[in-house]
Amino acid sequence: MSVDQATVRRVAHLARIAVTEDEVAHLQGELNAILAFVDELGEVDTTNVEPMTSVIPMQLPLRADVVNDGFYPDRVLANAPAAEDGFFAVPKVVE
Amino acid sequence: MSDLTRLTVTAAREGLAQGHFSASELTRAYVEAVEAAGALNAYVLATPEKALDMARASDERIAKGEAGRLEGIPLGIKDMFATNGVRTTACSNIIGNFVPPYESTVTSQLWRDGAVLLGKLNQDEFAMGSSNESSAFGPVVNPWRRRGSTQNLVPGGSSGGSAAAVAAHICAAAAGTDTGGSIRQPAAFTGTVGIKPTYGRCSRWGIIAYASSLDQAGVIARSVNDAALLLGSMAGHDPKDSTSANLAVPDYEAAVGASVKGKRIGIPREYRVEGMSSEIASLWDKGAQMLRDAGAEVVEISLPHTKYALPAYYIVALAEASSNLARYDGVRYGERVPGRDIAELYEKTRAAGFGAEVRRRIMIGTYVLSAGYYDAYYLKAQKVRTLIKRDFETAFADGIDAVLAPATPSAAFGIGEKSGADPVEMYLQDVFTVTLNMAGLPGIAVPAGLSSEGLPLGLQLIGRPFGEEGLFALAQVIEDAAGRFDVTDKWWR
Repeated sequence: MSVDQATVRRVAHLARIAVTEDEVAHLQGELNAILAFVDELGEVDTTNVEPMTSVIPMQLPLRADVVNDGFYPDRVLANAPAAEDGFFAVPKVVE
Repeated sequence: MSDLTRLTVTAAREGLAQGHFSASELTRAYVEAVEAAGALNAYVLATPEKALDMARASDERIAKGEAGRLEGIPLGIKDMFATNGVRTTACSNIIGNFVPPYESTVTSQLWRDGAVLLGKLNQDEFAMGSSNESSAFGPVVNPWRRRGSTQNLVPGGSSGGSAAAVAAHICAAAAGTDTGGSIRQPAAFTGTVGIKPTYGRCSRWGIIAYASSLDQAGVIARSVNDAALLLGSMAGHDPKDSTSANLAVPDYEAAVGASVKGKRIGIPREYRVEGMSSEIASLWDKGAQMLRDAGAEVVEISLPHTKYALPAYYIVALAEASSNLARYDGVRYGERVPGRDIAELYEKTRAAGFGAEVRRRIMIGTYVLSAGYYDAYYLKAQKVRTLIKRDFETAFADGIDAVLAPATPSAAFGIGEKSGADPVEMYLQDVFTVTLNMAGLPGIAVPAGLSSEGLPLGLQLIGRPFGEEGLFALAQVIEDAAGRFDVTDKWWR
């Protein structure tokens, strides 16, 4: 499979990465090189093969559903580019 | 006093216990060595004051007879590990000023056992690379050079700063991470020992995520025993990582030097890839002979799906990366680039903050997970992954105790040599290392010889799940037979 420039723009938008027109052609080439490389997997017969879900057999541990951490908003917000009144601040999302 | 940075961790521990020198003296020697090694660009943040404070505390504990097993040992830490109050960036501009308010489990265990933090080590951005050239802080220079040459070589990646720092004696040992070979390939390029333990052996809590089903913490050190000593401190169950294994940590140091008589070692014929250099092939043969001489039995085996490990890896890893790196959106941490609305804020922030290789990988990951392509790529790759793991399970069921393979297809290459138009050329660096990440298995790279140009070359041993002890015993046989490899020309000083 290979991607065209419209797909590159669509994927960039899905990934929330702004791309310039100059970058689109360049990315198309790079993405197609990687996709050509992984296309080799088509040769493998995977009929009746289960997809891997856990590389080491393990049971998901359970714990009581109680709050066991938190109550320090200052530490949580310490690295925020913008914060107000104990909240992360962003541009208006809903008009 | 002789140069304390010459000592292995094992020898330094002995010297400290005997009172030949103090933890403060040892740390000061390393702090000075770090300051003199700026040309290598191995550290992205040196923490000399913190190091000397920690060393003083070590001296007090030693005086009180309360020394931990790594008391006073100065370490470098890859910038993937969150360190409380110490800037942690994954060598990306997008979190270039991030100061974690918490400590990763693995590093907290190192400090619990008395180790000293010298600083944070350079790496490929978000551990995505095999040469350390994708770091936002610029490339690391390998302390090794080709005989008679002054060309700067890469130290490998992504734990390139860790490997270069250990090889240059600007830390006693280092913590790294390995998703597809990021500990073992740089260890091989720098003549150091690197172990990636079994998936689940070390907690991933507080390690910046790249591909969560593949990421593991591990060690780069100057001897097999040093690697065993550090892994014993880093490993163990952590309730904060639901994939960490609830298994007791064995005494790895006791396994070093254990007999390998009667062990069956597999040589996978599929690893004899087309175009393998004769140097690597002959190193591999020599390694097999070293193990035979120690009483092991060496047999040829088949791991038929080997050639599909790398393409399957690039689907699984990039899909997981695109999901993990969605969190870098300019809201909770990191640099924010303003936009007219929230979507533009995200897009501009991520375009500005991520480097080219990271953007490329996120986009591929996004594509293979997108509607209509999920089954063809991601599901297919996870099925192939099942087959890759089954290959190893079959070999182990047939009585194979460990697999011997090269660590890398070549010796270290020059900076800029492989950063051309085709990203796949760099991906091929991981051809021998990536299989065991896909299968969750432990692997150790150990230096085994020098190339004709005088560069170190490494071999890799792959073990059964949680079979790290067996790997340490086998790796020690190679270290005993091949010797240790030290940079003789400290050109950077």
